Amino acid sequence: MTDTAWIDAALTSARPQAVGALLRYFRNLDTAEEAFQNACLRALQNWPQHGPPRNPAAWLIMVGRNVAIDEVRRHRRQDPLPGDEAISDLDDAEDALAERLDGSHYRDDILRLLFICCHPDLPATQQIALALRIVSGLTVKQIARAFLVGEAAMEQRITRAKARVADAGMPFETPGAVERAERLSAVAAMIYLIFNEGYSASGDTLEARAPLCEEAIRLARLLLRLFQSEPEIMGLTALLLLQHARSAARFDAEGALVLLDDQDRSLWNQKMIAEGLALIDKAMRHRQSGPYQVQAAIAALHARAAKPEDTDWTQIDLLYGALEIMQPSPVVTLNRAVAVSKVRGAEAALDMIEPLGPRLSNYFHFFGVRGAFLMQLNRNEEARVAFDRAIALANTSAEAAHIRMHLDRLIRDSAPSGSGIPKK
Amino acid sequence: MLYAILCYHDEDFVGSWTREQDAVVMQKLSVVQDKLAKQGRLGPVARLLPTTSATTLRKEDPPLVLDGPYAETKEQLLGFYVVDCRNLDEALDFARELGAVNPGGAYEIRPVGVFMPGSIPA
Repeated sequence: MTDTAWIDAALTSARPQAVGALLRYFRNLDTAEEAFQNACLRALQNWPQHGPPRNPAAWLIMVGRNVAIDEVRRHRRQDPLPGDEAISDLDDAEDALAERLDGSHYRDDILRLLFICCHPDLPATQQIALALRIVSGLTVKQIARAFLVGEAAMEQRITRAKARVADAGMPFETPGAVERAERLSAVAAMIYLIFNEGYSASGDTLEARAPLCEEAIRLARLLLRLFQSEPEIMGLTALLLLQHARSAARFDAEGALVLLDDQDRSLWNQKMIAEGLALIDKAMRHRQSGPYQVQAAIAALHARAAKPEDTDWTQIDLLYGALEIMQPSPVVTLNRAVAVSKVRGAEAALDMIEPLGPRLSNYFHFFGVRGAFLMQLNRNEEARVAFDRAIALANTSAEAAHIRMHLDRLIRDSAPSGSGIPKK
Repeated sequence: MLYAILCYHDEDFVGSWTREQDAVVMQKLSVVQDKLAKQGRLGPVARLLPTTSATTLRKEDPPLVLDGPYAETKEQLLGFYVVDCRNLDEALDFARELGAVNPGGAYEIRPVGVFMPGSIPA
């Protein structure tokens, strides 16, 4: 690694703690961010010569605070700034000071920083953009690219989101146990949103958005390190790892979506799977189930199956049943139906999803799944209608291409018999 | 003499590497390891999963299971080597070579008292 790449990694990893502490100190997001930026500039000047400090976050907090305070003084009295040497020698004494000032708070600092990004007034995309900017420190350009908008538009969006957050007032008091739990669950949801933004990408957006998955995993691990005994945070981290482990197998060379059953499982990332399985194991020990743990457990059953036919669909059906109780949603039922089709056949699965029609009448996957069940039952004409509807509702070209493949197969299969008359 | 080389580093920092950066470091480390391996002096090598996946069993009565690593430290135990070296200097030389391609953090070099190669195939 080159020198600067090394420093970049150190600055990135120290960012949430440093900005979080500076925010608590200045109580203003812009000032905190600016102070952090200034501290980073000093770090780029100092660290190559003096080597990195033993605690980069503490160094950045101290320097950021000092520079900002000097700035205020300079405006007041035009005092000269201290030389860089004066702040380059931050050693263990400063380290200990920063530790005393901030060590006891840093857990809540980072949580607060994440939490202000999930303000309920902000639409999901703005929450994500704000978190990526403030917590992860991605540039506006990087975020704009991921959302397929211009840089200026993204800049404006982030500025507006920040203003909204500032207007709403930030929670600086140390949270009680209940508030902490609420914050934690809001933050977990936002991290999952970031992940899904990356996970749902395909084709043209794949390259730009794939880093969002890795960023979400990094944030989930960060959160888990702060809250080590929270089974749902273990579950969330496991879920992200187990899903992301399949990323290399999810698209073919042409960028078309490859379904789970058809994926080349040798492309799955075994290290991520091992970590995910370890985390879900740990979470289960607590016997406090929750939606992330259940979803992770489902992903774990897929990950454990060496071949598609080894998949324990009975267990997956049961887990989706549990999820339906925790988080009732037609989409969960739709997913459960896929498991049911494997265990009890397409007829039972079709019965299960039929009542969902009115609520999922604009949902691509509903018609894709329905078409697949109908096809299995050789009700080809009805299947074709469902697939047509799915194509009309497809969100990405990869989704549409996938359904078209089913349609082609239907046409091919029905061609010899010369009609679309159901065979059953 | 067998030495264990215990690798400590800031986990947040290592976790901030991009996949490419990570791969570059691993590749460079493998070059250093290969030299010892060719001389039949490289024992087991392990890179541990993040401390978030760790569980600690405190051997109290009754034993207590805790989430997380044994100790909360600024730098975490992220992996280890077992190497066969003539003396401490030689072990230090190897650690220096490893450190040159993977800077930051620290290596703790500990002579091994009892060594059992184990039975797990690589």
